[in-house]
Formats: sequence, C-alpha cells, structure tokens
Amino acid sequence: MGARQRIVIAKPGLDGHDRGAKVVARALRDGGHEVIYTGLRRTPDQIVRTVMDEDARFVGLSSLSGAHSHLFPKICELLRQSGLDDVIVFGGGIIPESDRAPLYEAGVKAIFGPGTSSSEILEFVEVASTKDCGVGSQNDWHWGE
Amino acid sequence: MDRRSLARQLSAIENGELVVSDVEGLIVAITGPPGIGKSCLVDSILQRLTPQNKVAVLAVDPTSPLSGGALLGDRIRLSVLDDKSKSDSIYVRSVATRSSSGSVPSIVKGLANHLLAESFDIVIIETVGAGQSEMRCAAIANRIVVVEGPARGDGIQAEKAGLLELADLIVVNKSDLDGVDRVVNDLTISLSLTNDAPQIIKTSTLTEEGLDELANVIMNLEERISSKRARCRQQLIMAHENILITNPNFEAILDRMSQEGLELDMALRELSE
Repeated sequence: MGARQRIVIAKPGLDGHDRGAKVVARALRDGGHEVIYTGLRRTPDQIVRTVMDEDARFVGLSSLSGAHSHLFPKICELLRQSGLDDVIVFGGGIIPESDRAPLYEAGVKAIFGPGTSSSEILEFVEVASTKDCGVGSQNDWHWGE
Repeated sequence: MDRRSLARQLSAIENGELVVSDVEGLIVAITGPPGIGKSCLVDSILQRLTPQNKVAVLAVDPTSPLSGGALLGDRIRLSVLDDKSKSDSIYVRSVATRSSSGSVPSIVKGLANHLLAESFDIVIIETVGAGQSEMRCAAIANRIVVVEGPARGDGIQAEKAGLLELADLIVVNKSDLDGVDRVVNDLTISLSLTNDAPQIIKTSTLTEEGLDELANVIMNLEERISSKRARCRQQLIMAHENILITNPNFEAILDRMSQEGLELDMALRELSE
C-alpha cells in the first residue's frame, strides 16, 4: 500500500446522485487514505477552498448531470489560480468517451466510469502520487493512456 | 499568513514534523455522543459570530483501526462555509484520530496552539462522538461543552460520574423532540449537589431555540475551578500515551502480537526498554 494521502471527494453542480462519490470515498478510506467528503451541490469556489484548507493532495470530482465539461475545467483553472498547482485532479461519473480528451487537456489526470474497480482507483492514487502531475504541471500523462 | 501556508503548516504539525509550544487562548471542545448534533451546533455558533470574530474549527472523525484510513464528513454540516462574508474569518480543518486513542488525538493540541498563534480568537474542537468516560478532550481544551439530548436513558444516567463532571457548559440539544425537559430536570437535580454547577442551555437547530444564547455564552465561557485537577490528570495520561505510540518499535510490536503471539507483558517490557 502507498503512503496515506488526504483526498477531497466533491460533487460539483446540481446533480443529487451521490452513490458513486460515497462508494469511491469508502474505497479510498478502506485503502488507508483520509477522505474529506464535501457533500452535494458544491460550487467550484467551495471545492477549491476545501482543498486548500484541508491541504489535500488529490481532489476527486463526481458528476452525473452532464455538466462535467464545464465544471471540471473550471475547477482545474481555479486550483491553478489559487496556487494549488501540485493538487492532482481525477473525475468520475457518466462521462462520454468523446468528452474525455478535453478534460485531460484541462488537467484532469484520470476519469473513472461505471464498473471501475476500487483497486484501480487505489492504484491510480499510488501511481499518481509518485509523479509530478499536479493540475499546474506541464506533465501530460494521464491514467490509462 | 495566507491560508495555503497555514494549511501546510498544520499538516506538518499533524505529521510530527513541526512542534509548537503552548499559547494562551480559548480552546473549546464540543463533545457528546454520535449523532447528538455537535456539527450542527458548531455551524449554528459560527453563523452567529460576526466576521470580526476569527474562529478556527478542528473537526475530528475516527480513523479506521483496520485500514488506517478515515472518512471525514463534518464539513457537510457546516453551511456557514457558504457565507462569503465570513470566508476569511473562519477556518475549518478535518482531523483524523490516526493512532491516538480517545475522542481527540493529542496532535490537536499542537494544531490549536498554532491557530491561536496565527491570531485566531478561539479554536473550537469538535470531538469524535464520545461516551460517558471519554475525557481526553480535557487534556487539550481549556473549556468543555458537553452536548446531551433526549431519550438517552433515565435519571440515573445524569447521576453517573464521568464526562459531565468536567463540563463547563451543558447543552441539551434537539429540544424540538419530546423528553428534553425531563433530561434538563434530571441534570439540574444532579448538578445541584455540586458547588460550581455548569450552566445548562436547551437548544434546537430546527426551531433555533437557545442558539443565540449558546453563541454568546461560548465566547465568554468561564473555566470551572473544580475540574483543574482532572484536566491535569488527562494531560499526564495523554503525554504518557504519546511516548508509547511514538515509540519507533510500536507498529512492529503490534505486528508481532497479532501474528506471532507475542505476549502483552513481554511487549510492554520491550517497549519500555
């Protein structure tokens, strides 16, 4: 098992489907990480503030409403503006294949759809934590490439 | 100091990389059983303070004894965080208990000291849901607020020794539910036999009863003289436990106990060598 990380799991936007976020939060907890769960309907500002105050290394964004192409890049941008360049961003939910390339471009380092195993997410955290792949880095590596 | 650096320094303290000395200031622990409404009461208190009051909250949740991970969910209840006028005057940090025992990990003392040194007026510690004999928070906080609620047993519960004796303030929450007056009555009768009985406030975050009063009282809470010795006792026990869990052989000896059948008294002997 890798080192313990502090990870924020957040639900941006208006959708109320939090089963996925809770399952991921639980899997990360059982993998030995400290997970800060924000609850539903958070704005990008609130999420970035939480990541900053909690000194989290990772932030996982869950969206099932279709607003990911707007919200995920916005959060990446706000993280960079706030000087949180080393924070690693990953996402999950219902995210069509065709939407993924722009999200990777925006700084998201992994996208986990339905059916992802919890061990894969834990593996991502372990691998990503050893790479310089924060949202402000020039590293264009992403999970599963 | 900017929040980013503050958050980083708190992590360093949490990871044992930075040691902080004691600072004078108000450290209030809010403790009580799980689900009694501690987080919601903290939210209500923060809502009622002005942006001139700089307040830090350390919200503690348990670490899994199996995986070492934790799910820290206290922020969910803090709707005050959405209030932009207070976003600079309030700092909330979730803390996992990690290897410490008790409702507040010992490292919280260092976190609280650092926040006071960074000019926060008051540090509120929201403990893990705690029971009758969970008094570790007394080693860290200099004021203790015990939260009680309805339907938590009969009048004998109020007579039992323990956490209630250390309270500087007792809050009976969920006053919108039946049975609260009986709890207040039982507690009042029980405490009438002590010399410096703490105040009891009845609250409800649903009807907002008592919340204004609670916010006022918290900011000016007096320490009960009679609990001084008990506080010192808790400080001593916590310091001793710290020596134990920071022993470099601690985890290895745990492994040997669980896997190789190392006996308890042998383990103790090795740790004290």
